Amino acid sequence: MSHEIEEKQSDILNRREILKGLATVPVLGFFFVKLWQKMRLDKLKKSNLLQNLVKDNKSPAIVSNIGNNDHLRVGIVGYGGRGSHLTRGLGFATPDWTTNAAERAQNNKLYKGFTTFMSQADLNCSLVGVCDLFDVRAELGLAASKNEVRSGGKPKETAKRYRHYTDLLANKDIDAVIVSTPDHWHSRVAIDAAKAGKHVYCEKGLTRTFNEALDLYDTVKETGITFQLGHQNRQVEAYEQAKKIINQNLLGPINLVQLTTNRNSPGGAWVWGIHPEGNAKTIDWETFQEPSPNKIPFGEEALRRFFRWRCWFDYGTGLSGDLFSHDFDQINQIMGLGIPKYASSSGGIYFYKDGRDVPDVWNATLEYPDKDLTVLYSATLSSLNARGNRIMGHDATMQIGGESNAGTLGGFIVTADPYSTKYKERLDKGVINSKYPIYSYAPGSKEIDGITSATSQYFANKGLLYTYRDGKRVDSTHLHVKDWIDAIRAGGVPACNIEEAFHEAVACHMATESYLQGRRIEWDPKKRALV
Amino acid sequence: MKKDLTSNDAYSGSQLIGLVILRILIGWHFLYEGISKLVNPYWSSAAYLLDSKWIFSSLAERIVANPIFLGFTDSINMWGLTIVGFSLLLGFMSRYGAIAGLVFVLLYYFFAPPFIGLEYSKPGEGSYIIVNKNLIEAGALYVLYLFPTSQLIGLDRLILSIQSKYLGVK
Repeated sequence: MSHEIEEKQSDILNRREILKGLATVPVLGFFFVKLWQKMRLDKLKKSNLLQNLVKDNKSPAIVSNIGNNDHLRVGIVGYGGRGSHLTRGLGFATPDWTTNAAERAQNNKLYKGFTTFMSQADLNCSLVGVCDLFDVRAELGLAASKNEVRSGGKPKETAKRYRHYTDLLANKDIDAVIVSTPDHWHSRVAIDAAKAGKHVYCEKGLTRTFNEALDLYDTVKETGITFQLGHQNRQVEAYEQAKKIINQNLLGPINLVQLTTNRNSPGGAWVWGIHPEGNAKTIDWETFQEPSPNKIPFGEEALRRFFRWRCWFDYGTGLSGDLFSHDFDQINQIMGLGIPKYASSSGGIYFYKDGRDVPDVWNATLEYPDKDLTVLYSATLSSLNARGNRIMGHDATMQIGGESNAGTLGGFIVTADPYSTKYKERLDKGVINSKYPIYSYAPGSKEIDGITSATSQYFANKGLLYTYRDGKRVDSTHLHVKDWIDAIRAGGVPACNIEEAFHEAVACHMATESYLQGRRIEWDPKKRALV
Repeated sequence: MKKDLTSNDAYSGSQLIGLVILRILIGWHFLYEGISKLVNPYWSSAAYLLDSKWIFSSLAERIVANPIFLGFTDSINMWGLTIVGFSLLLGFMSRYGAIAGLVFVLLYYFFAPPFIGLEYSKPGEGSYIIVNKNLIEAGALYVLYLFPTSQLIGLDRLILSIQSKYLGVK
């Protein structure tokens, strides 16, 4: 009898033990019920984000594999800051650059410039000709052509220096030419190169004047050479993704596009250093100013103009050819706008009163009546308030670059409009909130990079320095040069071919002419004229 | 004289309930912090680490610069938080859970302490000077470590009684 009671008591105790042991399990159950509800709601919200509405959400393949068996010989005319970046894209950096970059990578683990350069594809090219009117830079170009610190190892051939670009073009062994001179030399060098049967990579802006653009366009068409304009944004993964979103009309009718440039440093305003070794002996000033409308004798002013040429209309078009051209090409790439019907612009020299004649604050309006669209461009060289570029649709706005998360290296966000027709039902139900992006594109968001200078940051935000392929960082300039080299070998059409280049050139020249003439400029496509 | 805190009469009823509620709340918080990171393929500790200030900032930078270290750090966080969450919520080896949780929140605190003069790129969700919620949670976890409850309410109690009943372990 007592034994039975003991058994029972032990059972009761056990039950109590179990109850106390598992007392908090219902809380865990409640936790998982709530977790499941939250995840279901998140999933519903996500399925209504644009991410899943975009067809073909894949990123472009890392690099197309075109046989690079035939070795190409490349020459460069103009080995300045941009020229040296382009030759790095081709696979040739100066020994100074590789040494500094390797050291920087040692000291700053977040700096990826060196590994990015060393891991870029070997294009099987040699840099065989360098032409620059400044001895120091020409020597740097020669040194780069010999540098063995590169992905392809020891270069097959090395460069010879040419005093004049015509001598470089006379070398029959040169297959292709990079034109990275100041803008006032672009058309002459590029036209002569095309006539000599050489493929051309020309820096933006295409030309200094509208007429030069017409001549260059016609020459490239007649000769059939492979032409690429230096808008490396064409290689930016984000813009290809943006294009898909626009093509599917996910923003609804678009009537206004706002493009902006914001810089606030002397370097960003073209107040570049005057090289201490620059003098009458080391610089061929007369050749430099040969195509410019106004001539001055060599001296202090000439040195300023030689090293800071973007500040004068004699050699370029200021903001128009340097930065508006990039933004225009970006939007032309994404939306396929072509040449506007009308352009008007205004601005002034409001901050850098240093003797320049190009404006440092400049705004342009492009009208596309047949597309029901206005494109506004607004630029300042005295404020870094990054406004980004906005494609403003009735149903949603796409913001590229600028603040509020879109500043992530070459990324963009899409936000639904509170009064959208297309998304009304989803907005009403609360599955879409117009305060938060319905699509955000931040390539390589798991990869962090230390970009230091303000100008580098500016370019990176516009996607002009680096882009991402499969989450891996690549130099967009390298991809753009590669795109040109691949097209030469395979007979294809480069991303920023002469047609696209012509759109950029005419749009920019319309805006420039409007500023210079103080009136609205109209494009007459039949006469191919500005009226 | 020290009391045996695992005996049934260690705490009054309301003391025990208070401590268990604290354990459940912190456990819930850790568990969701961990699981929400596990289910988000894009989560990474990189942004937090890059914003690190004070003595650990260079270590944080080194972790971010190395994809292997970063991946390791991410995994430790995701799984660590989840496991500590389970431990506290269910009362399973909760003293160890409390210590592990204490280490986690103290690390979060020292990687980004709210000291005067340290500026963070992300604004905090409250107003703090020296003391923030991480430090308070660390304090609470220290209390949970000092006043264990899982052998009274929790899986540990069940495990102990099974051990003593079937394996004769006292």
